[in-house]
Amino acid sequence: MSGMTTRPDRGGDLPPRPPAVPDIPAQPGPEAAAAGPPPAAATAPGADDPAAGRTPEESPAADPAADAVAEPAPRPDRAQYGVVAFLALVGGLVIFDATTRIGRAINTADPIGPKPVPILLGVLLLVIAVIYAVDVARGGAGEPEAGEDVDLTVPVDWRTVLLLIGAFLVNAVLIDRLGWVISGTILFWGSAYALGNRHYVRNLLIAVALSLITFYTFAIGLGVDLPAGVLQGIL
Amino acid sequence: MDNFANLLDGFANVLTPMNLLFALIGVTIGTAVGVLPGIGPAMTVALLLPVTYGMEPAQAFIMFAGIFYGGMYGGSTTSILLNTPGESSSVVTAIEGNKMAKAGRAAQALATAAIGSFVAGTIATVLLVVVTPPVVQFAISLGAPDYFALMLLAFVSVTAVLGASRVRGFASLLLGLVIGVIGIDQSGQQRLTFGLPQLADGIDVVVVAVGIFAVGEALWIAAHLRRRSGEVIPVGQPWLGKQDWKRSWKPWLRGTAFGFPFGAVPAGGAEIPTFLSYVTEKKLSKHPEEFGRGAIEGVAGPEAANNASAAGTLVPMLAIGLPTNATAAVMLAAFEGYGIQPGPLLFTRESSLVWTLIASLFVGNLLLLVLNLPLAPAWARLLRIPRPYLYAGILFFASMGAYAVNAQPFDLYLLLALGLLGFGMRRFGLPILPLIVGVILGPRAELQGRRALQLSGGELHGLVGGWVSWLIYATIAVVLLWPLIGRFVVRPLRGRLVTA
Repeated sequence: MSGMTTRPDRGGDLPPRPPAVPDIPAQPGPEAAAAGPPPAAATAPGADDPAAGRTPEESPAADPAADAVAEPAPRPDRAQYGVVAFLALVGGLVIFDATTRIGRAINTADPIGPKPVPILLGVLLLVIAVIYAVDVARGGAGEPEAGEDVDLTVPVDWRTVLLLIGAFLVNAVLIDRLGWVISGTILFWGSAYALGNRHYVRNLLIAVALSLITFYTFAIGLGVDLPAGVLQGIL
Repeated sequence: MDNFANLLDGFANVLTPMNLLFALIGVTIGTAVGVLPGIGPAMTVALLLPVTYGMEPAQAFIMFAGIFYGGMYGGSTTSILLNTPGESSSVVTAIEGNKMAKAGRAAQALATAAIGSFVAGTIATVLLVVVTPPVVQFAISLGAPDYFALMLLAFVSVTAVLGASRVRGFASLLLGLVIGVIGIDQSGQQRLTFGLPQLADGIDVVVVAVGIFAVGEALWIAAHLRRRSGEVIPVGQPWLGKQDWKRSWKPWLRGTAFGFPFGAVPAGGAEIPTFLSYVTEKKLSKHPEEFGRGAIEGVAGPEAANNASAAGTLVPMLAIGLPTNATAAVMLAAFEGYGIQPGPLLFTRESSLVWTLIASLFVGNLLLLVLNLPLAPAWARLLRIPRPYLYAGILFFASMGAYAVNAQPFDLYLLLALGLLGFGMRRFGLPILPLIVGVILGPRAELQGRRALQLSGGELHGLVGGWVSWLIYATIAVVLLWPLIGRFVVRPLRGRLVTA
């Protein structure tokens, strides 16, 4: 229920976390650079994180923390330097786009034109990246978001996250080809599996029912654009 | 009494069988998602936006009004029965509410929350009716420089006042502003589109909101899923004894008095008034020894403050077009989705729609009370939903909603990228609200800023208008420099007072 308000981060010290190595699966395109996850990686020897044993694709982005030697506990949350790198990267990209790709404004009535705002934002992002880095170096840490179903004492369960992303991508690839009823069924069933539910048949029934109900209520009832796909003419 | 007549017309619009049905659907969905962990009202409105584009705007807003108040109420049920509040505004309710529930007084805690929410919501909506028209009158006199300054104030205040870490808030705000820049700008130039035609119209706010709230939240929770869900305290029919009524009604009124003004000013939020209400009730109570062990005043006051503040946020949203919390921000995007510009002109151009929305707030509030007192045991059962189904369902509806915006799979990839961004922000403690406000208000701020500079021929003094903008810039300076002011002005002064 993060809906109404963001939890104020109280800036408290983090308990030492097992290092998390995020895997960034096939990014959907260059826009992901502006909207992707912060490439974070803090690998330390002797990590007991089960995810570290698997074969995650290392984030390609430059990460100042990656070559840092792990210090004895209490270890600062070095993965935060990944956020710094991400902010700097976005800032650089915005400035690059503004200076090279945006054309000149033709309209003389608009003295500002399209360039200054992105350039200003890019510069501010670089400034914030520097301040952020200083904050991290001085021991600052953001508090991970808590919630009803969130247990922050366990390390990030990358297997579940990757399976969920997989189910999500399968839906994105198949939705136009096979239609919402089939791809949505796969999405729900796959997500329930990823989250640890093993009632295969019951889940399939729920998934099919949910897809059919949403298709008939929204696509046929309310005129929402949901593809029928291969089931065109049957539904 | 023109407004009063308008309000009566609004009631006439709401009280048709069809619209009452939409109000009922709204409060039911709102309460359900408020009760369910992982889903909040902002996410719900965002998810429902694309599927309501086929409806009449009035009907959609009647439903959103129900979701708005229903979500507030549902959140308190969760924090009382489960003691793990998901929203910071419900944190205070959980302190005494969960203690009451554990002591076998869950029914009374839920009842005082429900009735308190109704009382506060009704009074606050009356205040909304009284306060908004003068604010609109004032807002009409504002020019482009004043609007630009106001939006800067909104940026600075959601970033610097709410949340403890300013640098993380500003990082989040800047990312949001950058997302808002993507697309063809007002002079026809493509910005940050990288030649992708799908990005030419910018990223739809629905995709951003659903990605950051729904997908980001689902992935984050999945990564840390509590394998044994918290103990849900069983509850029967909520009711209040005579003594409880006596102890509740004053906290309700005081909570409302705290909540409404804080909601109505930018960045007031719900945390401060709920906390203030709690502290006040503790101080005024005849049973201070009960605080910490389940005092009913500690539920009644903060819950009323929470609801009143929610109504308060609608004042700047409707009158000026400034959202101060996430739900208001998404509702602002909803107005734009229907081609309606929020702001002072809303009351003249879309008078009927606005007053219908306000009337539906009253109706929704009453429906909530009627619905929630008998249905509380059912809502409590909702808390036992198997978590795999809950989060699989969130991803399912998120994908459906995002796809429905433009009917293109590209938006689903975008949704995932934004979901991963939301995941990273939760991991590193970056607040979400500044990003959403940045995405929604950024383009509007740029428009007003460029308009202001157009009038001055590009000279920077064009950004400063009348006394209003001076006042706002002064406020921004105080907010930004507050840590320095605190160190060099407030603390020495206090020290001198102590020595004197």
